[in-house]
Order: sequence, then structure tokens, then C-alpha cells
Amino acid sequence: MCGLAGILNLEERPGPSVAELESMARLLVHRGPDASGQLRAPGVGLVHRRLSIIDLAGGAQPMGNEDATLHTVFNGEIFNFRELREALLAAGHRFRTQSDTEVLVHLYEARGDAFVEALNGQFAIALWDANRRRLVLARDRAGILPLYWSVHEGRLLFASSIKAILAVRGRPERLSPAALDETFTFWAPLAPQTLIEGVFEVRPGELLIAEGGQVRTRRWWDWPFVPPGEHRRAPEAELVDELRHLLLDATRLRLRADVPVGAYLSGGLDSAVLTTLVARHTDTPLHTFSLGFEDAGLDERPAQRLMVDHLGGPHDHIVCGPADVVRAFADAVWHTEAPVLRAAPVPMMLLSALVRRSGFKVVLTGEGADELLGGYDLFKEAKIRQFWARAPESKLRPRLLSRLYPYLDPNVNPTRAQAYLEAFFRIGLDAPADPLFSHRPRFATTARCKDFLRDDLRAPPSRALETLLAALPPTFGAWHPFHRAQYLECRTLLPGYLLSSQGDRMLMANGVEGRFPFLDHRLAEFAAALPPHLLMRGLNEKHLLKRAFGAELPRGIVSRKKQPYRAPGGSAFLTGAAREETRDVLSAAALRRAGYFDPERVERLLLKLEGGGPVGEKDNMAFLGILSTQRLHDTLVRDYQDWARAPGP
Amino acid sequence: MRQQIRSFVLSNFLFTDDASRLADAASLLGQGVMDSTGVLELISFLERTFGITLADEEMVPENLDSVDRISAFVERKLAAGGP
Repeated sequence: MCGLAGILNLEERPGPSVAELESMARLLVHRGPDASGQLRAPGVGLVHRRLSIIDLAGGAQPMGNEDATLHTVFNGEIFNFRELREALLAAGHRFRTQSDTEVLVHLYEARGDAFVEALNGQFAIALWDANRRRLVLARDRAGILPLYWSVHEGRLLFASSIKAILAVRGRPERLSPAALDETFTFWAPLAPQTLIEGVFEVRPGELLIAEGGQVRTRRWWDWPFVPPGEHRRAPEAELVDELRHLLLDATRLRLRADVPVGAYLSGGLDSAVLTTLVARHTDTPLHTFSLGFEDAGLDERPAQRLMVDHLGGPHDHIVCGPADVVRAFADAVWHTEAPVLRAAPVPMMLLSALVRRSGFKVVLTGEGADELLGGYDLFKEAKIRQFWARAPESKLRPRLLSRLYPYLDPNVNPTRAQAYLEAFFRIGLDAPADPLFSHRPRFATTARCKDFLRDDLRAPPSRALETLLAALPPTFGAWHPFHRAQYLECRTLLPGYLLSSQGDRMLMANGVEGRFPFLDHRLAEFAAALPPHLLMRGLNEKHLLKRAFGAELPRGIVSRKKQPYRAPGGSAFLTGAAREETRDVLSAAALRRAGYFDPERVERLLLKLEGGGPVGEKDNMAFLGILSTQRLHDTLVRDYQDWARAPGP
Repeated sequence: MRQQIRSFVLSNFLFTDDASRLADAASLLGQGVMDSTGVLELISFLERTFGITLADEEMVPENLDSVDRISAFVERKLAAGGP
């Protein structure tokens, strides 16, 4: 995996300078520590930082075609490049290297913008068509890899990180209030919005085309859910076989590399399936990596050990405590370039450091399975709320919620306020046809973070929900409610947080590439057409996946209650040695200077966290949201000069 | 008493003294003012401050879902002869 950046003139003016391109590349060194390359032509410049994984000797970028009329810089992997290369060779294209990058320019020659539809992979691509003076930016379907852009003073700037764009664009005045509003609703700004006004992301499954001084975007892929009449009707056994075949092929493709490939092992079902597939059905030696926690309530080491014994290969792990999370938090937020409402990304960064120390650059990981194959508690919660909405006065129907949330179980929670607690999930119960029905309680809880915003930022009515509603596909309303909930996850949390703040950015912080077999688009297309009862049987999640692979896994893994991945919470930032620094970052003066949060309300929150009493999820989210936002302000706005070398002449 | 309750809810869940931020009739659940931990905090505050004990069947939204309802509930409890 790598980093890319570039500048294109949209009007007559001097071309980008070497110094400008270098100032962008310098901020991408962590993504591509192995090599760098630059291409300058009249009115355009491309730069690339490389992490060598395929064709170590021949894959240098920018890379051109036979007659140097097309050039590309590319971050990611094209897993089916061998097949594409064969077909292009047969059609008369001449190749100089064995790399997947070279396939892109020839494929564009052959197919034009539709080249992207032939790719099975994870990618951010910039392609310069010199003859037509045309730049194409393309991003993969799920949004695994980052790609940002901005039009500034008659130029299109683009890069793998926001900071690389800002290095040329200049110091931002502030973080975007609209992006904060969306973050404090969905956990992340909704693409194409980013934390910086005027800087956008190329959305997952989108092309950006710059030509004749104009910039336009076009969605080339979306999660392909369908109305119930178009669901697959094949016998279950046949679908089980199809899932096995697809996932095995998706995994085999993702083992293609000229360096060793490792795998994350969380203790959950998805990574157990992937690692078992590799161990039993391929010749690839398997080295697994895991994260343990000092806090037994968060720790999954017993399940991980079960899998390590089952797999039999080499294994490494780290054990993370609150102090580790506090120590690495600022570094992590430097890389996320977005506020976080949980500390969960931080341990993922410490884990990728372990991977790199162990000599690996690539890991398989299980993201996407929960969204596509029906794993999340949120889906169960929505299902129970739908069931409850049919008889809103029922006392028994909401009792099913205690199967998801132990605090609702009278045997677990001695306060016995169950009837009260259940009422949280009444939010939106009177509107079961509402497109956002599944997510209303989560959005409402998250939105409490906005209580801490300054009054002038809180005053304008939030546009977050209507922005999301306006972005839904036209057939959305005709889908099964379960599919609607899946789509909302695939469009909001998956790319906005899981694959970015907790995924790519934490992997790339240490120059490690993640690969995601469950996000193979063929598997996504298969899963999106499945009738929901094959995904969740009653309240039993991932029914089809368990049927497909359960027999090959330890029984304890298949029957284990799904444990959401969590990291230590906010109080650790306000105890011991960490307290002084946290207090400094969140001092009334600092808050006032930055201008986002109300110092008095934040002070009360800090006192509550320091008080040692019970602190709920809502308060923890708000605390981490405020702390990460302030850190981002300090980095991107206040200390801009420290990291962004002024652009050259 | 209503003032004490309002002040607790404002200060502990909305982190402010500004009473305009929450109407006495506003639903604490419907507006997401409290989360599951908040309910525990509220109950322990009521028991500690007013010397009452809440029975299981009393911990329902009808009694606890707004400043108005909490005040009325505590009044009834106290009138009925304390704990």
C-alpha cells in the first residue's frame, strides 16, 4: 500500500513546483516508506510514496503506458491483476513490468472510465491522460483506501491524506462545524464532507474526472441491495456452497503478494473463518496477530487461544492497558484526521506496530462480515424494535432486548429499572416505515455529544439526518428493513470510521496493509441479494456464514456470544500522570481559543469523570469526541506551521 | 423539590445550570438526555436526597421520564409516608 498526491491546473497558470509536490509527499512517507517518485508535465504533477508489496523491483510509480501518454499513481492492490494482464496481453498490449499498477494504464486504454469496473481490489487511483489533458481519480467500492481532493485557486489538489492537501492549500481557518455536526450524529462526517471545509473525499465507488477546467464526480458502484421480489430463491444448501466458494476465492486472491501475509485474530467468528480458510485450504504459511486487554471485560484472549491451538501456526500478541491507550491517543488522532468517539482505534495502531516489528507488511482482517452477513447487535435491536412496534403496548416484546444488552436483564442488573431502560429503544417506534428506523436510537444517543458545542454552533438546526436521507438510493424504501439497516451501516460507519479511523489509518500509521476478503465485491453482490432470514435466524447472527464454515471451527468459537470490540474509556485520561496533559488540552482558555465547545459544560463533564462515580457511554463518547476534536484543531489549525512546510515558488 | 430535581438533571446530564435547555415536561428518554447509566444515577440521587426507596414496579417511564413526572412521583411518595 502506498500514498499518492498531485496537482492539476484547472486554468492557465504556472505548473506545480517540485517543492509543492515534495511538501505533499513528505506527509505521506508513513504510508510508503520504501520509495518515492514524481512526474511533472505542463500543468500537472503526480507524486507517489511506495510500500513495496508486489513486483518489488519493477513497480516504481508514477508508471506510464508504452508511448508515455498515460501515467498513473496508485495506492492499493488489484487482486485480479494477473487475469486482467493476461487478457490485455492477448489483446496486444505490451507490458514492461510484473506489477499490478501497469495493468491500470492499459486497462484504461482499452476501456476508458469503465476500467474501474473490471478491478477486484482496494484502491485509490490517479490517472493522467496526457493526450486528452484529462485526470481521473477513482476510489474502491467500499472505501478501504483514502482519497481526498480540493479545488483551490484554479487548481485541483488531491492526496491520500487531508494534511498533504493542506500543505499546499494553506492553513484552514477552523474545523468544519457541519462536519462536527455529522460526526456527533454518525460517528464520522458523511462523505464527501471532511473535517476541513473545501476539502472533500472521493466517495467510495466514485470517479472524479477533471477535464477542460471542470471537475465532476460520478458514482460507479453502490451496495447492491434489492427489493424482496429480487432476492435469491435458491435452496439454502446451494447458497452455502456459493458462499464457501466465494469467500475461499476472495481469500486466495488476497494472499497474492511478494511478501509474507499475516492475519488478525480477534477471537470472533469472522477472523476465525478467514484464518481457518488459509490454514486448511491454501499452502500459505499463516502467522496470526492478536490484541489482548488488561481489563478482563474487554479481553478476548481465551477465545484467541482456542483459535491459535486450532490453527497451529506462529502467533504474536500484545496486551493493552488504559495507560497505553492514553499514551498513544494523540499519535492515533494525528493519523485519523477525524474526531473519534471511542478510543478503539488506538489499540489497532499498537497492533499494526507489532505486525511491522514482526517483519510483516500485509494482514488479512475480517471487516465487512458484520455488515454484509448480518452480525451486528444493531440489526437485532432493529428487528426487536420492529417486532415491538407491531404491539407498542406489549410488556413482553421489549424484554427481548435483554438478550442483547445484559443491563436489561433483571438477573444481571440488580437495579431492576428494566421497564425504564427499555424505553430508550422506543425512540422512533411509532414510525416503523421511517428509512432511518434502525438507527434512530444510536443517532439520538450520539447526538447528545452536541450538548457540549458552543451555543452559536448548536443553534442552527442540524442538517445531518436530511443529508443522509437525501443520499439514499431511489429504491431504498422498497428494500426489506434488514437490508436498509445494512445499507446504512455500509454507508456511514463502515467507510467513515471502521475502515478509516479504525482501519487504514491505524494500519498505515505503521506502514501495514490490511486486506479484507469479506469486502470482495462479488461477495458483497452475493450477500446483498440474500433474503434476510438467511443472515439472521431469529436473533442468531450470521446464520449462513455459520452454516458454511461452522463445522471447521472450534465449537466454542461458533457458539460464543458476539463481543463488540471495545477499548478502555475516558476516565483513564483524567487519572495519574495523564491528567495534567488532558486538563491542559481541554483548559477553558484552549477551548475558548478553538471556539467549538462551551468551557463551562466541558468542565462539568471533566469533574464528573474525575469524580469516580458511574460514567455512561454517552459521557465517554462526548469526552473522547471533545478531546480528539481539540487535538485535531491543535494539529491542523493551531500548529499548522510546524508540519506543513510552506509551498515553494 | 422540583428545583432540586431540575438542577440535578441539568447539571448531571446536560452539564449546565441553564434551565432553558430543558423543559420540565420534556421526555428524558425521548430526547436521549439519559443513557442506561444515567437512570442508575437518577434513582440513587432520588433515594439519597429524598430518603425514599423505589420499588421495582415504580421504576417506569410514567414516574421518571420528565422533571414534571419525577416531581409528582416524589411528592406522592413523600405524602404516602416516606420510604
